[in-house]
Amino acid sequence: MPEQLAFTIEVFMNGLMAGVLYALVALGFVLIYKASGIFNYAQGVMALFAALTLVGIMDGQVPFSHLINAILGTEVHHFGWHVPAFLAILLTMVVMIVLAYCVQRFVFRYLVGQEPIILFMATIGLAYFLEGVGDLMWGSEIKTLDVGLPQGINVWIDEFTFEATGYGFFIDNLDIVASIVAAILVIGLVMFAQYTKQGRAMRAVADDHQAALSVGVSLNFIWILVWSLAGFVALVAGIMWGAKSGVQFSLSLIALKALPVLMLGGFTSIPGAIVGGLIIGVGEKLFEFLIGAPFLGGATENWFAYMLALVFLVFRPQGLFGEKIIERV
Amino acid sequence: MSVAQASGGQPGTMERDSVKDQADSYVTDDGRTIGPTVMEMKNITLRFGGVEAIKDISFDIREGEIRAIIGPNGAGKSSMLNVISGFYVPQEGEVWYKGARRPPMKPFQVAQQGIARTFQNIALFEGMSVLDNVMTGRLTQMKSGLLAQSLWKGKAEREEIENREIAEKVIDFLEIQAIRKTPVARLPYGLKKRVELARALAAEPTILLLDEPMAGMNVEEKEDMSRFILDVNDEFGTTIALIEHDMGVVMDLSDRVVVMDYGRKIGDGSPHDVRNNQEVIDAYLGVAHE
Repeated sequence: MPEQLAFTIEVFMNGLMAGVLYALVALGFVLIYKASGIFNYAQGVMALFAALTLVGIMDGQVPFSHLINAILGTEVHHFGWHVPAFLAILLTMVVMIVLAYCVQRFVFRYLVGQEPIILFMATIGLAYFLEGVGDLMWGSEIKTLDVGLPQGINVWIDEFTFEATGYGFFIDNLDIVASIVAAILVIGLVMFAQYTKQGRAMRAVADDHQAALSVGVSLNFIWILVWSLAGFVALVAGIMWGAKSGVQFSLSLIALKALPVLMLGGFTSIPGAIVGGLIIGVGEKLFEFLIGAPFLGGATENWFAYMLALVFLVFRPQGLFGEKIIERV
Repeated sequence: MSVAQASGGQPGTMERDSVKDQADSYVTDDGRTIGPTVMEMKNITLRFGGVEAIKDISFDIREGEIRAIIGPNGAGKSSMLNVISGFYVPQEGEVWYKGARRPPMKPFQVAQQGIARTFQNIALFEGMSVLDNVMTGRLTQMKSGLLAQSLWKGKAEREEIENREIAEKVIDFLEIQAIRKTPVARLPYGLKKRVELARALAAEPTILLLDEPMAGMNVEEKEDMSRFILDVNDEFGTTIALIEHDMGVVMDLSDRVVVMDYGRKIGDGSPHDVRNNQEVIDAYLGVAHE
């Protein structure tokens, strides 16, 4: 097998893996958008916040320690204990559910029936608020997140491909874990939506508010549930991204990459978020490798996704899996 | 009774009316038992800004009866139905349900109390199949919590199967088996109305509220719908309160009729009484195509 082709395949595989992480963030967007029509700009920050909280809890950091020290003149930083990863994840999930409740109770409850643009503005506010709170609670330095996921080159794939093609592929174990987790997450979410009482109620709310009320569904409860689910997805995304590149505030910028993913996949489709994420991931890696680096001076990964999304907006504005927009006169 | 017969008027009607006012329950001419009052509206007033949509209206709904609310356009009929189902909260007056005063409630809480409804402009879950729509009607009856459903698979599964059986029964009853799996968005108007009725019926409601169930239908569809309404009432003993424009249909269907005009109640009684009420004739029937 020629070297170039083997390289291309490896880039393709790595693109798939990167796409999974985009898809994880996009998934959180879709959940909230479907159920409440809110485009949640804060989804990326939620992933950051979840990752920060997880690290903070695991390391036994004192929340708001900078604030406390500044006001009281004390020097507290750590509780001095370490929480096991599993327990810390559970506790972080509790924090995300509390956050979901607060978001619904203090922000969106007062904005029911408002224009989409107003809801969107509210989520922008929420994003900056959450980023500030995250900073204040846990500090802004880059942290490493180690929940015990396997990392580094997958030796088996390396050896297998070396024997088969004469070239060993470099696939990160973490990416493989991320793919498996994402697959389980999607299957779980779809099962939840299809087969549980709350899932059915969730679909009902997504379809028609008035009709949902008339069959005894509390909109408020469903919205808290949906924000909690989005918080859960954000936590998973935060763990994966955090483990890959450290927990840092640039994490919230991944949210912007989820935007072209959604334009490709459609804002209302869970499978769309996955497929869109994979296409963007593969597309930008391959483009960089085949065209960007040799001919355009590189760094095309920064804009390729947006360009692809623009092309899609021209030819298929509802995305690959989105509901077709039909205006009846 | 003897007085009525002596006067040579309408003995049957007179007798029934006098019994109705006093007794807890009575039997209609066609053999259905009408029970005591299940819902009572007391001096309801509803305002939108300066406009009074409903002015000081009181009436009751008895168990097992078909109660109609009629009136010209803009009379406040739909507003009244929305008050009953909790979509509007009246500024004045009380709603009594099953012998107790109902505190102000959200629509979903009213639904959980056993009051199901349909909408004038059809509010179905367009993206779901007919069966899924009908299944959402079962939501109020499902008990298992989120945790139980994910951990204790057997129980949740049993519940799902039970609810599914009831949903299928309703689907059979309303003769929509053929379109069970069809997405609702693809159905014609008349069938959508029937699916909406099925969803409301699946909740096994104490009171079924129908907002213009026959609006926009052709004669054949109207006949079908009338038959279904009568069958539902007859078979399940469901109390039905309905709003309707078509006078002929209302008179044939209902046991008692409330007539509204400009937010006021101008008549209340059996179809026969209402038909002969001068105020009602002036306001409504006089201009109807009867």
